[in-house]
Amino acid sequence: MNGLWPDDWSWQLDGWIILAGVLCALSSALVGNFLVLRKLSLLGDAISHAVLPGLAIAFLVTASRSSWPMFLGAVIAGLVTAGATQWIRSAGKVDEGASLGVVFTCLFALGLVLIVQAADRVDLDPGCVLYGAIETTPLDQVSWLGWRMPRVVWVLGTVLLVNVLVLGVLYKEFQLSSFDPSMSTALGISAHGMHSLLMVLVAVTAVASFESVGNILVVAMLVVPPAAAQLISDRLGRVIAWSLILAAFSAVLGHWLATVVPRAMGYRAVSTSAMIAVAAGLLFCVCFLVGPRQGVLSRWWQRRAAAAEMLAEDVVGWLYRREEKLAAADKASREAGAGPEELASGLGVALGPLRRNLKRLVRRGTLQNVAGRYQLTAAGREEGQRVVRAHRLWEQYLVEQAEVPLSRIHEHAERFEHVTTARMREALAEQTDGTERDPHGSRIPPEH
Amino acid sequence: MTSSRSQNELPLSVYDLTVAYQRKPVLWDVGFEVPPGSLVGVVGPNGAGKSTLLKAVLELLPKVSGQIRFFGGSYAENRHRVGYVPQRESVDWDFPIDALDVVTMGLYRQIGWFRRVNRAHRDRAMAALEQVGIADLAHRQISQLSGGQQQRTFLARALVQGADLYLMDEPFAAVDAATELAVLAVLREMKAAGKTAMVIHHDLQTVPHYFDYVLLLNMRVVAFGPTSEVFTTENLQKTYGGRLTLLEEATHAMRERGRQR
Repeated sequence: MNGLWPDDWSWQLDGWIILAGVLCALSSALVGNFLVLRKLSLLGDAISHAVLPGLAIAFLVTASRSSWPMFLGAVIAGLVTAGATQWIRSAGKVDEGASLGVVFTCLFALGLVLIVQAADRVDLDPGCVLYGAIETTPLDQVSWLGWRMPRVVWVLGTVLLVNVLVLGVLYKEFQLSSFDPSMSTALGISAHGMHSLLMVLVAVTAVASFESVGNILVVAMLVVPPAAAQLISDRLGRVIAWSLILAAFSAVLGHWLATVVPRAMGYRAVSTSAMIAVAAGLLFCVCFLVGPRQGVLSRWWQRRAAAAEMLAEDVVGWLYRREEKLAAADKASREAGAGPEELASGLGVALGPLRRNLKRLVRRGTLQNVAGRYQLTAAGREEGQRVVRAHRLWEQYLVEQAEVPLSRIHEHAERFEHVTTARMREALAEQTDGTERDPHGSRIPPEH
Repeated sequence: MTSSRSQNELPLSVYDLTVAYQRKPVLWDVGFEVPPGSLVGVVGPNGAGKSTLLKAVLELLPKVSGQIRFFGGSYAENRHRVGYVPQRESVDWDFPIDALDVVTMGLYRQIGWFRRVNRAHRDRAMAALEQVGIADLAHRQISQLSGGQQQRTFLARALVQGADLYLMDEPFAAVDAATELAVLAVLREMKAAGKTAMVIHHDLQTVPHYFDYVLLLNMRVVAFGPTSEVFTTENLQKTYGGRLTLLEEATHAMRERGRQR
């Protein structure tokens, strides 16, 4: 074992397996974006299961395992699923999930029955259907324009090319018909037609990936990378780009996890297809936790930062008011500041977080620590003045303009003062006729 | 020549339109002729078939019978002259696009199949956003817009279409006062430019101020004509009061029979 790769690693073999995985992941994730956006994620699942009876029937009818009839049969079965689901839902008032469940489990079971029936005549293996045989990718080679490559790579590469071309050329039509089907149809871009085209792409992708990489991988790749990408970005172009990056990365990571990790731990290598799906799941978890838009951790972090910022403003506001109260005293005692305990009880907050906040304010140059007492610097005094000005302007505005009772204005102003920009302060001053006193009679300090 | 002809032809005429949802009729023998350059308010109780009327006219729903003419021709021939503003709730506002993207969609027909959106298209969309007063929000993801701003986005999308007839499904529903005024201003500009709009509206108080024609609808046309003549207490009672009980009874009976079969 040298570094990341095991001794028997061969780019000749493993490289082709990874490439097959990447091609399948990319084609599935690309069309999957529009399934997820249309809230039809499970339709991909249904279609990729329902191709099984199509394969079986095509085999029983033609009695051959040649590719084209099998391919056609499977694609038709996929489209029947999509059509039947929609029909059951609209005609029978059955909800989307239930009609999907009915159609695809029935068809999948039918497929299994048919395959067992044909089993003595064919090497269609029900197990192979689920997790495929991506490991055998390099064995079956074809020659194309003088290049020798595995057949699977050729097939999946073609499918990816078709998906890229169709979605690239009809990008805006797919976008509109997914977002607003009735507007789309009214404009002459039939939402129904676009939906059917998407179903064809999903079915073709599922069938092409079916025997090589198995059904679990397609189902996962149709849904997981697009769903994860939507946690990262909220612009369609970038969502699609991210879904492709995540899909390709899961394929590489999955094969590595399947071959290297188990052996390093003394087990035998596991199925690459299944591991790629697991890798996609892991990447989704990462996005779920740290995605900048919806990530749980990012949101927690943002809330924490916002709370700290509010506490900091409360501190400088409190210190500014203290100086106001001691206006008559000499400069030294007026600007003497306060110790952490005094601040904590004055603001009604816990001492621990407050201490951290005070240290941050010292680093920022808002406060200075003189013998354990925190005092406003010149910059801190300006900030305090802004906070207090905003607070009192709000109180005046709430009483004068919004007719909020006097007893309630403080708590509202307390929240609003933290989000008040210079422009808003200006507007507030204007709308309260430039008054210099708030409803409690305190002076509203001027804008600094 | 063309313009004088288009001045005189009816933007929309509907004759004997009947629409049914799963055999349950929702519109009965609906007929009216919208005069050019008018603002038509469509008014009626919930379930009166107002949205259904717009959708059926635009061929988004199948009709049982009836004839619909746009500018004297079929819808397919005159698609480019017709703009549709669906109900705000009809789309998923979490969709990953910004306000400018939504407005640009109004140009997709002019851009044509397979072609890409270019700078000039985006500039036109931007101008429409400016017209409805939210150009500064062009690059916000649409779920971050308020209800009123979302409605203005839809309105801007209709504006860039440059249609001659607009069908709007409740553009005034649940919007703030400023948006209400903005929508109204746009409607009046349209009228001044000789365009026609047919608007589903809920607020009876404002109907006489906003619309010069009114269509009172409750599964059938209760009354249609100039607002000053048609918008009377008597007609409103007919529309909202007596809920055509016999008709409903027959409808119910038909549905029951359908079930027993």
